[in-house]
Amino acid sequence: MEIFISIVKIALIIAYFYGLLKVMDHSSIWVKILGIVVAFGIVQLALSLQFGDFQVLNAFDNGLLMQACTMTMVALGLNLIYGFNGQFSLGQWGFYGLGAYCAADITFRWARGDSRGLFVVGFGVLFAGLAIWTIFKMLEKNRGVPVLSAFTLYLVAVVASSAVAVVLGNLVNPVLSPLLGTISEPGILNSQIVKEIIFFLAIVLAGIFAAEVSFLFGLPVFTLGSDYFGIATLGFSIVVYTLMNNSDTILGFTEMKGGRGMIGIEKTTTWFWAFFFLLVVIIVMRNLINSGIGRMIKAVREDETAALAMGINVANNKLIVFVIGSLFAGIGGGVYAHYIGFLSPGTFSFINSFNPLIIVVFGGLGSMTGTITASFGWTFFLEGLLRNLLSGLGTEAPTWRFVLYPIALLLLMLLRPQGLLGTAEWGFLKTTFLKSKKIKIEPSEAALAGKGEAG
Amino acid sequence: MTHEPQSTPQASVLDIKGLTKFFGGLRAVHDFNLTIYQGDLAGLIGPNGAGKTTVFNLITGLYTPSAGDICFENESIAGFEPFEITMKGISRTFQNIRLFPTLTVIDNVRIGFDPRAGYNMLDAIIRSRRYDRNEQELTEKAIDFLEIMHLENIRNELVKNLPYGEQRRVEIARALACQPHLLLLDEPAAGMNPREIVQLMDLIHFVHDRFDLTILLIEHQMRVVMGVCEHITVMDFGEVIARGDPGQIQQNERVIEAYLGKGAAAHAA
Repeated sequence: MEIFISIVKIALIIAYFYGLLKVMDHSSIWVKILGIVVAFGIVQLALSLQFGDFQVLNAFDNGLLMQACTMTMVALGLNLIYGFNGQFSLGQWGFYGLGAYCAADITFRWARGDSRGLFVVGFGVLFAGLAIWTIFKMLEKNRGVPVLSAFTLYLVAVVASSAVAVVLGNLVNPVLSPLLGTISEPGILNSQIVKEIIFFLAIVLAGIFAAEVSFLFGLPVFTLGSDYFGIATLGFSIVVYTLMNNSDTILGFTEMKGGRGMIGIEKTTTWFWAFFFLLVVIIVMRNLINSGIGRMIKAVREDETAALAMGINVANNKLIVFVIGSLFAGIGGGVYAHYIGFLSPGTFSFINSFNPLIIVVFGGLGSMTGTITASFGWTFFLEGLLRNLLSGLGTEAPTWRFVLYPIALLLLMLLRPQGLLGTAEWGFLKTTFLKSKKIKIEPSEAALAGKGEAG
Repeated sequence: MTHEPQSTPQASVLDIKGLTKFFGGLRAVHDFNLTIYQGDLAGLIGPNGAGKTTVFNLITGLYTPSAGDICFENESIAGFEPFEITMKGISRTFQNIRLFPTLTVIDNVRIGFDPRAGYNMLDAIIRSRRYDRNEQELTEKAIDFLEIMHLENIRNELVKNLPYGEQRRVEIARALACQPHLLLLDEPAAGMNPREIVQLMDLIHFVHDRFDLTILLIEHQMRVVMGVCEHITVMDFGEVIARGDPGQIQQNERVIEAYLGKGAAAHAA
C-alpha cells in the first residue's frame, strides 16, 4: 500500500510540473500568475491538511520536497554548464557547499547578535562585484592581455575589496549589535519579519558569493582543454570539502565547527521560499536559453571553431555560463542549509558531487524539463520509495539503493543514451514568444523524432 | 602583379603583405601577397597541400601569422582573435561544413545575427522591450535570408538531417547573417554533384550582387573557379605562382606544371 502511494506521489509530482509549465505558457500574464499561485497553494494545502491519520504530504515528504527543490536548482545550473554549454564540470557540488555555508553563517551570526556575517559578505560581494565588472570592461577595451595577468589583476582587486569589506563590517557591527540582542533575548532586529528578510538576503548573497568565486576559479581553468577542465573542477570540489572539514582551525570560523558539522542554523526555508527560488531559477534559465544568448551558449557546445567564426567570444561565453550555473548552485545551497538546519562536510564530499551529474544525464543533457523531473523523481524514488521499500527487508538494507540506482543508470545509458526526455521540453520551457507578431519558432515533431534516433 | 585598378579608383578591402606561416619546421605559407578590391570576386586555387586553407585560417585569425601583415579596410588585423575579426566584417564558410548540427536551420542563421543583436544578458532575462524588438527584428531578417536561399520551408528542421547541398546553403546563409563586407568561401563545391554545382555558381553570383559583397573563394573544381572568379591567384607549396584572369591562368605554364606535372607543361607549350 505504501509503495503504491509513493508511486502515485511521484506520478502526481511530474504531472504537477507538466501542468505548471503548461499554465506558465499561457499568453496572458494574469493567467500565468494565477496558475503559479494555484500551483503553490496545491502543495501548501497538501502539506498542511490532515485527514485523521492520513496526510497527503507528511513531514517526511516535506523534507524530500525541499531536498528535491534544492537539487533541481543545482542540477539546472549544471545542465546549463554541461548540457547547454558542453563544459564537463564536477565543481557544481563545491559551489553548492560554498553557498550553503555562506548563507548559513550569515543567519547564524545574525541570530546571535553578530551582524558581521551579513555586512562583511554583503560589502565583500558588492565591492568584489564592482571591481570585477570594472576590470572586465577595462580589459574589453585593451585587447591582448594574457589570461594569467588578467587573473592576477582580478585576484588583487577581489582581495583588496574583501579587506575593505571586513574593516567596514567591523565598523558597522558595534552600532547594530545592541539592536540584535542575543539568542536568548532577541533584539528588535531579530523579529520574525526581519529574520525572513535577512534569510532572503543571505541566500542571494550566498549565490553571488559562489558566482564570484566561480569567476575567479573559471578564468584561468578554462584555458585548459575540456577534459582537463573537468579534472580541475573535481579538484575544486575537493578543496572546498577539505576547507569545510577544517573551517574551525585553518579558516578560523569557530561557529562552523569543522568536521563535526555546523549546528543551530535557523530553519527558515518553507515551501514558499523553496518554490519561490526554484521558480526564479527556472524562469531566469528559460529566458536565457530561449534567447539569442542561449543560442550562442548552444553554438559553443556544438562547435567552438564555428562559434568563433560567427563572432562569438567563446572564452567569455563559457566563463559567464559557468558563473551563472554556480550562482544557481549557491542559491540552492542556501535554501538547503536553512531547511536542514545542520551542515556537515560529509554532505559536500566529492562522491556526492556526482549526484547532480547523474540527474542531468538521467533527465537528458540540454533539457530543462528532463532535469526538473529527474531531480524530483530521483529524490522521491531514491530517498523516498526505495528507502521505505528496503527498510522492510532489514536495517542495513537501504544501503542497497546505492547499488540499485547505478544499475538503473547503466541500463538507461545502454537503452536511451540521450536521457529519459532527450531534449524535449514542456510548455513554458519550449516556446519562444515574440510579443508583436507571435512568430512561433520551434523544432517540428519530425525533427525532434529524427534527433532522438541519432542522439 | 595585382590586377590594375579599374577606371574608377577602388578601395582595397583586404591587403595581405609578406604573409608567412611556419608549423614547426614546415613552411606552410611563404611571402604571400594579395590585394582584393571592393566588389571583387577573387579565387584562390592550387593543388592539395598548397596552403590555401592555411591562408584562410590566417585571415580569419584561427592561426597567428609568423610574419607579414594582413590589413582589412586599412586596419591591421594580424594577431586579432577570430571573433574580433568576424565582428570587423570578415565571414567565412568551412571546407568540411561546420554547422551547429542539433540546432534548427533558423537557429543556425539567427546565431549569425546574435553577437550583433544589440541586447545583453539582462535584457534577455527580464525580457525587456529592447530584447523583444531586436529579437523580432533579427528573426524576421533570418526568415528573409532563408527565403532568399530557398530554405524557408525547412526552417524548423535540424540541420544534421538535411542533404549536403542544403547544408552548404545554410552555411552560406549563416555566414551572410554575420553581415560581412568580405566573404571567404572554403571549397564551397566540395562533394557536390554537377547539378548542385550549377546552382551554387548561380548562388555565388546572386549573393555577390544582392549583398554588394567582396568574395574570396578557394576551389578545386576548375569549372567553378573559371565560371565564377574574375581574378585568380594560384598557389603551390605555400607560394604564389601565378595571378590573372581565368583566361591567363589557363594558359600559364607554371600553373599547368603544378597541376599536371612538368611533361604536361612542355606538351601544352
